[in-house]
Amino acid sequence: MRPPSVRVVLPSLLRDLAGVPGELALQVARPVSQRTVIDAIEATYPMLRGTLRDPATGKRRALVRFYACEQDLSYHDADTPLPDAVSLGTEPYLVVGAIAGG
Amino acid sequence: MSGVRVLVGTRKGAFILTSDGKRDQWQVTGPHFPGFELYHVKGSPVNPDRIYASQSSGWFGQLMQRSDDGGLTWNTVGNDFTYDGVPGTHQWYDGTPHPWEFKRVWHIEPSLTDADVVYAGVEDAGLFRSADGGATWSELSGLRKHGSGPRWAPGAGGLCLHTIILDPSNAQRMYVAISAAGTFRTDDGGETWSAINRGLRSEFLPEPTAEVGHCVHKIAMHPSRPGTLFMQKHWDVMRSNDGGDNWHEISGNLPTDFGFAIDVHAHEPETLYVLPITSDAHHFVPDGKLRVYRSRSGGNEWEALSNGLPQENCYVNVLRDAMAVDTLDECGVYFGTTGGQVYVSPDGGDHWSAIVRDLPAVLSVEVQTLP
Repeated sequence: MRPPSVRVVLPSLLRDLAGVPGELALQVARPVSQRTVIDAIEATYPMLRGTLRDPATGKRRALVRFYACEQDLSYHDADTPLPDAVSLGTEPYLVVGAIAGG
Repeated sequence: MSGVRVLVGTRKGAFILTSDGKRDQWQVTGPHFPGFELYHVKGSPVNPDRIYASQSSGWFGQLMQRSDDGGLTWNTVGNDFTYDGVPGTHQWYDGTPHPWEFKRVWHIEPSLTDADVVYAGVEDAGLFRSADGGATWSELSGLRKHGSGPRWAPGAGGLCLHTIILDPSNAQRMYVAISAAGTFRTDDGGETWSAINRGLRSEFLPEPTAEVGHCVHKIAMHPSRPGTLFMQKHWDVMRSNDGGDNWHEISGNLPTDFGFAIDVHAHEPETLYVLPITSDAHHFVPDGKLRVYRSRSGGNEWEALSNGLPQENCYVNVLRDAMAVDTLDECGVYFGTTGGQVYVSPDGGDHWSAIVRDLPAVLSVEVQTLP
């Protein structure tokens, strides 16, 4: 049986760039981690490659944050499994552009 | 009748302005990539429907876009600008060593002979080349490894490679300019480079005539005279008659010789245009008046061009890539301002009008002359 889709919410600029009006629903390799989620985002929407993490270093971009289940996961290890609620699709994985620039 | 397509990069998207050869009625499309900074948008001289765009964001980094239908539709191409080897350090603002870090693409220069070949000038200063239409990029690292790299320092806008000029008479020769390092030339297709800054004087340097460290703002060349170069430096307008080996000042009677943009008339290689800016402290035009200055003698004697431009309460800037000329029989001149206006003169600078008045701050203007 196919595992449930992982829900991802992108900032509006990236939704526009990817041409998606709302949440993404992605098939993500198990176990679901931040790395596998972003791998799936970039594989499905290649125009987003490099927008969340530097393509050379793989590091999260400084003004991008990752939240889920009311936790800030931005500083968590990329390979740590995400909460079950994310991998089961009951809670979304949130990509947030930091409030900066006034 | 032939026409023109003006490619405008702004702080919040790209716009495309098109007109027939009269250049008095305009169609405007955009914003393309709304919300992103478009540092430069430029078309291939081989295939005008192929247009490259540098799209960046402080949040989401650098993206590169390519259109193959004249800007109607776009596809994301490669954005991996990895420096060759260990990039080392350049000077920081305070003179301390600072690691080389890629930030964005400032300038795109499509090949004169192959629509799939395109060069990119980046911050921190480096030159990249793609031979597959922008899908992949490789650094021409001979420039950064010239030996003077540790002495390059950022200008106010960053350590950026902002000018790339391809010599139409010699495929092995090209010029680049970097703020604040100076001007460099290759005669072997980008393998090795020479600093060509003799004659430049920059009072902010401990050694004002140093080999490198000069804040060159822009270089222009007329394709029929590839050995003659014109430069708007931080201060001073300069000229070289020997491919950059030696420079001399041609600021003459300009009201101020600070500025960013410089260009050459399409059919008169001794007719130049600059847009003087008050000073490096006051990044706006002098006296509240927007005036282009034209020299018809290759420099030194300049006339103010103001017909149709605001002559009171105007305090905009015109950035280095925001001036361009078309190649119609009567040469059109274009520039964009940080106030969001794009102006055109269809008669070489004698009369001006605004194509658009309320765009986001303009970063770059390029013109394609269409059959």
